[in-house]
Amino acid sequence: MTTIVIIGCILLVGLVIFQIAKINEMIKKIKGEEEAVQQSNDSTAVAVLVFGILFLFLSIYTSYHFKDMMFGYGPNLAVTKHGALIDNSMHIMLVITGIVFVLTHILLFYFTWRYRYSKKRLGWYYPHNNKLEAVWTITPFIVLAYLAINGLVVWNQMMEDVKPNDKHIEIEVTGMQFAWLIRYPGPDGKLGTKNYKLISGTNDLGQDWNDSKNWDDFKPDELVVPKGRKIRIRINSRDVLHSFFLPQFRVKMDAVPGMPTYFVFTPTMTTDEFKNNLKKYPEWNVPADPSDPESKMKWETFTFELACAELCGDSHFAMRRAVRVVTQDQYDAWVKEQQSYYLANVRGKDGDPNKGKTITVNGVANTGIAAEKPAEGDASAKTDSTKAE
Amino acid sequence: MSTQSIEVRDHIDDLIDKNGFDDHFHDHHESDKYKSSFIGKYIFSLDHKMISRQFLITGVIWAIIGALFSVIFRLQLGFPEADMAWLKPLLGKWIVLNDAGFGTISQEFYYALVTMHGTILVFFVLTAGLSGTFSNFLIPLQVGARDMASPLLNMLSYWFFFLAGIVMLCSLFLNTGPFAGGWTAYPPLSALPQASSGSKGGMNLWIISMTLFIISQLLGGINYVTTVLNLRTKGMSMWKMPLTIWSFLVTAILGILTFPVLFAGVLLLLFDRSMGTSFYLSEIFIQGAALENVGGSPILYQHLFWFLGHPEVYIVILPAMGIVSEVMSVNSRKPIFGYRAMVYSLMAIAFLSLLVWAHHMFTSGMNPFITNFFVLFTLIIAMPSSIKTFNWITTLFRGNLRLNSSMLYSIGFVSLFISGGLTGIWVASSTLDIALHDTYFVVAHFHLVMGVAAFFGMFAGLSYWYPKMFGRYMNETILKVHFWITLIGAYCIFWPQHYLGLAGVPRRYYRFDSFSSFSGWEGVNEFITISAIIVFFTQLLWVFNFFYSMWKGKKVTERNPWHSNSIEWTTPIIPPHGNWPGKLPQVERWPYDYGKDGKDFITQITPYEEGEEVVN
Repeated sequence: MTTIVIIGCILLVGLVIFQIAKINEMIKKIKGEEEAVQQSNDSTAVAVLVFGILFLFLSIYTSYHFKDMMFGYGPNLAVTKHGALIDNSMHIMLVITGIVFVLTHILLFYFTWRYRYSKKRLGWYYPHNNKLEAVWTITPFIVLAYLAINGLVVWNQMMEDVKPNDKHIEIEVTGMQFAWLIRYPGPDGKLGTKNYKLISGTNDLGQDWNDSKNWDDFKPDELVVPKGRKIRIRINSRDVLHSFFLPQFRVKMDAVPGMPTYFVFTPTMTTDEFKNNLKKYPEWNVPADPSDPESKMKWETFTFELACAELCGDSHFAMRRAVRVVTQDQYDAWVKEQQSYYLANVRGKDGDPNKGKTITVNGVANTGIAAEKPAEGDASAKTDSTKAE
Repeated sequence: MSTQSIEVRDHIDDLIDKNGFDDHFHDHHESDKYKSSFIGKYIFSLDHKMISRQFLITGVIWAIIGALFSVIFRLQLGFPEADMAWLKPLLGKWIVLNDAGFGTISQEFYYALVTMHGTILVFFVLTAGLSGTFSNFLIPLQVGARDMASPLLNMLSYWFFFLAGIVMLCSLFLNTGPFAGGWTAYPPLSALPQASSGSKGGMNLWIISMTLFIISQLLGGINYVTTVLNLRTKGMSMWKMPLTIWSFLVTAILGILTFPVLFAGVLLLLFDRSMGTSFYLSEIFIQGAALENVGGSPILYQHLFWFLGHPEVYIVILPAMGIVSEVMSVNSRKPIFGYRAMVYSLMAIAFLSLLVWAHHMFTSGMNPFITNFFVLFTLIIAMPSSIKTFNWITTLFRGNLRLNSSMLYSIGFVSLFISGGLTGIWVASSTLDIALHDTYFVVAHFHLVMGVAAFFGMFAGLSYWYPKMFGRYMNETILKVHFWITLIGAYCIFWPQHYLGLAGVPRRYYRFDSFSSFSGWEGVNEFITISAIIVFFTQLLWVFNFFYSMWKGKKVTERNPWHSNSIEWTTPIIPPHGNWPGKLPQVERWPYDYGKDGKDFITQITPYEEGEEVVN
């Protein structure tokens, strides 16, 4: 029913506009074409001017209004070293393009109004002026050269890969339809080899269990990184293209099947520090659940998030993982709590090529029986393997 | 000797009779023969004016379909919690009902809509609809040719386009749905039927449709280039051509150079899909199975695609620039400022557009060192673009502006081009692109600069040349209402999307509530959707005006209603087959002598007076 009413209303509005249009044409005939054209020309010129003023006013006003939601403003400071550089470049860009935007629009709308048609005038015969054109070729050149140099210096800085003696942490993130799989190297600091043909229900990355580097790798549900350490994310995909996107970190890089990519960044702010920043803004001091005034404040529930930024299929919009930035101490404690995926889930089972053999994981002998009888043996196996760090 | 209505002879006829060039066209009776049958005249027409109208009307139909799709997916984005069961009768299984009878748009369908909206608008409307219409209509009329160099290829060009459209239309009705992996069709998503239901039959039809479309573009493009280079009338040197013709020429050359690369890209994709090759596939585990393909690279497809894909956006915008330059100069009663600079900047933009494709791929995993070059070349494009913008603004300076609808659309075009162009500098910077790539900022940028702006160029051209096409005027009041609502509405839709993008909200998301980082924009999204609905219905008003005016519009009584200089206005009000009933006009001067020596306008066929300064 409402559909019919809405359609009816729309048709009615259309009909009204059409009738007005017809009447307008009739008025034109009565008044005399020239008179009517002149009048509508004048009113249109005023309309253009009014539009121009409102447009410029609203564009500036709304940007100010939404300021605190945008990158680089309010609480949304980048939480990485290179992110701050990006935000800085963005500020410079905003100022320069903003000035050009306002000036050109003022000229465009002012000229339209100022030089509206008059019977008494002719257009000025002014086909070209080489000097003027040289000015607006060279000026943009200088401005663009500045922007290009500024941008590329930052670009080459932030795209630099880790150096051999960097004490970085390498973490692997693999995209699949529709989740992110996260793998940490474990105490040995090395990610084990993998082969996509080995992927199975218990081995979603295709890790090669013959490779001892895999034995201590762990696969948490969230991405945890320490503040102040260089992090190198090794980005992979199992099936189609995905894109590893950490909005607050200003990190984005595609995950390409068959071609690992990477992104190196250094977090500069922990989640808690970021939250404390949010606390200062009234829009974050509201209950997270609007229907429950007793619930936690919005800033308290804040988490960094990992998203997918490259269309990868039906559930592309739901590839979320929580991300936490912690202090180095908290990070070390967290790592200690993590269990090796191999030892916890594969060791001693049918899929384990080392079944029955005794292997040494980070200096600790493992017979493979502990995994089956976790009651007594597990505590020692776990703490021993992580102590090695 | 000809059959159209007899008009009062005026000095234009005298001039053509006196100076014109007699090519004996009408001595050959067979040149008019095709007109005898209905099919020959209206369907398989060889006449460039009819083919242009075919392109136009087909483009209008596709535009309505494409816009309707955007309204449906905007409903999902603006009102994700609303009951969509009322769409069930129309969309069938794409609306999923729960037990309570509450309907939601399915995710598959949402992505199919987004993909088809992009494909249809970019290729069928803004490439075929815009270039096809105006290049066909204006090239022979403005260079003084009887028709296209090859009317047959021209006809084929339309019918290949038509077929491409039919194939794409069929894909909408497949059980598995049309392709749903974005208009760029990146593999492996597009290469693997297992990856998405749209990548099954829908993708095959997409590839076939694109192939037919590429053929259409090449046939058309070769024809445009040949006609401009070879069939100019006597006296029409290259530097005397209107800027519209320059833009069509450059566009056509660009299309010929780049469309075959897209063909290569989709052909390899077809091989990967159906013949087990591995051009784009490597180490994939999907749907519980590891594929045999190794060694391919999805990045290769991106290179091939964007080698067309980037020039494609210039193929869309350059004709609009040409149209706006012409319309703006005529309605300012003032020569276009810096004619040669305008031509050189067209060429520069076209040339540079071939060197910047990888700026779509800054985050693709491509070697970051190569990015440096693409950033530099991309930023250089801002120079010819700013030359054009300043020249348009200077054209208005001290003009005598007739603010009719075509002029308003042109001014709107410049505003949109500035707004969308400046954000182009943002995303051209690889540094900022890390934050902005695949967010709504990009959506806002390209919709303003090549979507809405190109539409405004098209609207400007259609208001302006409608009298030449159909012998009647469109209703001016409706056009002005349409202009204002569309301009304001377009800014209401796309301006706020900059803010979303700057907050990191990614594009191509079905809903945003899975992430707290992207929430908080519900009100803005509602606002955008409502604006989009209003703008959509306003476009229907334009469509109504377009068809209504064909039969009921005010008749054109003057041969040169806009007092223009260019020679399409020296033809009879409705140009006959062969365009000029007698001799071809001889061109004496450039087309922009407005306001010279105290005269409001001096047509291109008027010889120079003694002592008159020769400009250009």
